[in-house]
Amino acid sequence: MFRVVRAPIDLQELVRYVTDPSAGAIATFIGTTRNNNEGRKVIALDYDAYPEMAEKELKRIGEDAKKKWRIERMAIIHRIGPVEITEASVMIAVSAAHRDDAFQACRFAIEEIKKTVPIWKKEVFEGGEVWIGTQTGQPLTDREARQR
Amino acid sequence: MKVTVKFFAILRERVGAGEITKEIQDGSTVADLWQALKQDYPKLAPVETRLLYAVNQNYVKPDHALKDRDEVVFIPPVSGGR
Repeated sequence: MFRVVRAPIDLQELVRYVTDPSAGAIATFIGTTRNNNEGRKVIALDYDAYPEMAEKELKRIGEDAKKKWRIERMAIIHRIGPVEITEASVMIAVSAAHRDDAFQACRFAIEEIKKTVPIWKKEVFEGGEVWIGTQTGQPLTDREARQR
Repeated sequence: MKVTVKFFAILRERVGAGEITKEIQDGSTVADLWQALKQDYPKLAPVETRLLYAVNQNYVKPDHALKDRDEVVFIPPVSGGR
């Protein structure tokens, strides 16, 4: 299951999906919005995505993980739109016969998501906003943001 | 020929639209299209560092030749974190 959604993510949905009689382990990862970044007080993260391609890339990550480790099933759901402090932007669940494969595949998935999946994160902080990862100089101030 | 260009994240903000149709010469590459778009939208010029290119939802190289009705997306660096 590889999806990009706008609503809050339910971990149980992923766990149910990867639950398998031949699995002795399920590893999960939850990425959440943190209240600070590089000295800035973060208010929220606002995610944008190219949804069709993002889901395709998530699926590819699942296929790659299956080639590298002995896993049963993988689920990745990424939320887009505004994600408030403590809320989850991404959840991953992986089932495998043994825990080592589950942990490694789960780690692999989150690292790959950060490389190739067309999902972007705008940090909204006290005093402005900035698209993370885009090298365009200084973050916009509040006033500049409002003028757009 | 005509191609569809979709803009996301910072590029959508710079262009002020999520999707446009652009008339280009036959044989144009993805890189040619980007050059043309920079003429149309000067605000795109500062954003070109480390762009990736996708045509019909697959990553391609800048010299990829476009076809009529292709869907092109320019992909700025994706969301970080560690």
